[in-house]
Amino acid sequence: MNKIWLIIQREYTTRVKKKSFLLLTILGPMLMAGLFVFIAWLGMEETETQNIIVVDDQYPAFKTIKGDKNLNFEYGNFTLEEAKQMFTSSNYTAVLYLPENITYANTAILYFKKQPSLFSVKNIENSVEKIVEDLKLDLFKIDRETFDKVNTNFHLNAVKFSESGNEKEIDLEKNAVGFVFGLFIYMFIFLYGVQVMRGVIEEKTNRIVEVIVCSVRPFQLMLGKIIGVAMVGFTQFIIWIILTLALYTIAFQVVMATQYGVDTIGPSSQISADLIGQMQNNPGFDSKMLLQQDNIINRINFPLMLSMFAFYFLGGYLLYSAMFAAIGSAVDSETDVQQFMLPVTLPLIAAYIISIFVIQNPDGPAAFWFSIIPFTSPIVMMTRLAVGIGDGGIPFWEVGLSMSLLIIAFFIIVWLASKIYNVGILMYGKKPSFKELLKWLKQAE
Amino acid sequence: MLLKVENISKSFSGHQALKDVSIEINQGEVFGLLGPNGAGKTTLIRIINQIIKQDSGSVFLNGNPISKKEIEKIGYLPEERGLYKKMTILDQSIYLAGLKGVPKKEAKIRLKAWLEKFELMPWVNKKVEDLSKGMQQKIQFIVTVLHEPKLLILDEPFSGFDPVNTNLIKQEILNLKQNGTTIIFSTHNMASVEEICEKIALINKSEKILSGSVEDVRKSYSKNEFTVGFEGNLIAFTNALWTNFELVDKQQKGNLTIARVKSVNESNLNKLAESIIPSVKLRFLEEKLPSMHDIFVQEVSEKKTQPKTDLYE
Repeated sequence: MNKIWLIIQREYTTRVKKKSFLLLTILGPMLMAGLFVFIAWLGMEETETQNIIVVDDQYPAFKTIKGDKNLNFEYGNFTLEEAKQMFTSSNYTAVLYLPENITYANTAILYFKKQPSLFSVKNIENSVEKIVEDLKLDLFKIDRETFDKVNTNFHLNAVKFSESGNEKEIDLEKNAVGFVFGLFIYMFIFLYGVQVMRGVIEEKTNRIVEVIVCSVRPFQLMLGKIIGVAMVGFTQFIIWIILTLALYTIAFQVVMATQYGVDTIGPSSQISADLIGQMQNNPGFDSKMLLQQDNIINRINFPLMLSMFAFYFLGGYLLYSAMFAAIGSAVDSETDVQQFMLPVTLPLIAAYIISIFVIQNPDGPAAFWFSIIPFTSPIVMMTRLAVGIGDGGIPFWEVGLSMSLLIIAFFIIVWLASKIYNVGILMYGKKPSFKELLKWLKQAE
Repeated sequence: MLLKVENISKSFSGHQALKDVSIEINQGEVFGLLGPNGAGKTTLIRIINQIIKQDSGSVFLNGNPISKKEIEKIGYLPEERGLYKKMTILDQSIYLAGLKGVPKKEAKIRLKAWLEKFELMPWVNKKVEDLSKGMQQKIQFIVTVLHEPKLLILDEPFSGFDPVNTNLIKQEILNLKQNGTTIIFSTHNMASVEEICEKIALINKSEKILSGSVEDVRKSYSKNEFTVGFEGNLIAFTNALWTNFELVDKQQKGNLTIARVKSVNESNLNKLAESIIPSVKLRFLEEKLPSMHDIFVQEVSEKKTQPKTDLYE
């Protein structure tokens, strides 16, 4: 036991000390935070004011066009040629051309000097659309009131009717969140499983493995390596989570500050009260949704998801890394792993693809079976789990069965993998075939 | 008796690697484990280290059946050897010694002594990949003996060593022997066997075919031949041999004649001296024992199975 601990320590410290670990661990969350900031920036309100000349071929049909504080419409009886001339030598930022056939074609043209943001374009679209609608209502002699009554925004609610009579809506948002968790498990199994394999190959090509196995049993060496790398993984997660939260908070505050001029360095309660106040007064701002009861972030049971994530990551990782270790032991160099990788990576990739369909159909037979089968369950079950366990969620017995099978499969696979590993690490020179691997499995201890 | 290997047999998926092999090694001996490639030497060593398990037979160390605890007293330098390239000498040595049960502090003290002896102290915090090949070989030897093993197993220890390092390590092996370490020395370099080993076992085609002290083995292969160097008349010399000896071969080097004579009736060296001293001026006289090399080649090629000739008949 003491020796396994030594091995774990070595596997852990040599990896954590590497420059590549440091780089990935620090850059990872930076990239994530960068992505958040980018998304936030895309959705941000235009701060630049757009001064737009409106050319209306049906003057004065669009007389009522209205802007807002960042959108000024200069409406007059111009021709397009006149407008273009005015436009070039002035501080107007764009020309909006509303052609004569606008009510049939449902399209207009915006000429600009500098690309307006998506947000401005959307705003302009909305302003024009409203008037086009009014024009059409006039044309067909329909009054607004009647139109509003008739105008339909249809939505289909898919509800599952279970045998016990409980009704359950399929919550795509929740499933999508589950899928993201599953995706992380998929990525991490690959990332760390391959690290285990590399470690095994390294020991074999360095020819140190025979020295080690006369001090410890091969099984101890394999397990020590697997656990050591798992600890590296958890260290990385924890740093990532902390750094991501920190960076996200900073980025969020920077966005707030530039958006509302709020001094976020003040007492925090004051800040949040200010922010909420400001956000509620501004219906255009998306972040307000974060505070709503039914926002997806608030509807997910995060403690459950995180603990399930820890379980399924660990289970899936242990299962696959044992197989990766066996592959590593069977080959002499990394270039030889290709033929053995396929049968191991295939179920992983399959699980990932199945998960995409499971988002849409979380209770179908595929979702059920692949979340029970140990080789795919870590990813597929994770995708289903966001709806919770028990009432209205996944039945307890399904989750229990999936978890127990994963544990049992882990023991069986580690046992089989260690058999291949025992023989493989001392074999040099020839590349074994699958047939030979089977022979190694049968070879008595 | 330090190590006793009793009737070990082992086969790998149909191929018999060892067949009923027994060896005994006393405390403080240097034991040569000889045999051609593929004879089963490495398999036997791996079984002694319990890296693989025998099908039948047993291994005793110090009278106890071999166990993980006992194996800590073994130092093993495998033929396929290496170190962690990215680890420093210090970390590596402490780690490997730790796996053998040596506390960190103790390992550091011992490592320092060894590194000073080999003048490697300035490199203690360097990664192995930054060292020259010769240095790596020294480090490899140090990590093998750092836990002060009672039994040292060296599988082809000098393969890839330059002559300077070979001598250095050879000297250290002899020092360890002086301090009571028992050494198993597996090789097919027969010159070094005659030089270092006291006892040998020859394994060929999975079986032990020869064992005993180097001296006894060579004597038992003696063809009762002697080498005589003398000055004088060859006819007088031949006459002096008379009926007890016969001349096999001769060589003339100026005045000196070197003759190879064979005893016809078990007559010994004394008898030969007595017979020829009156007739010629004797320069030297020695019993011609076969070298281990000759014995090895003879034994191994004799045991080679004859290829079937049916095809051509």
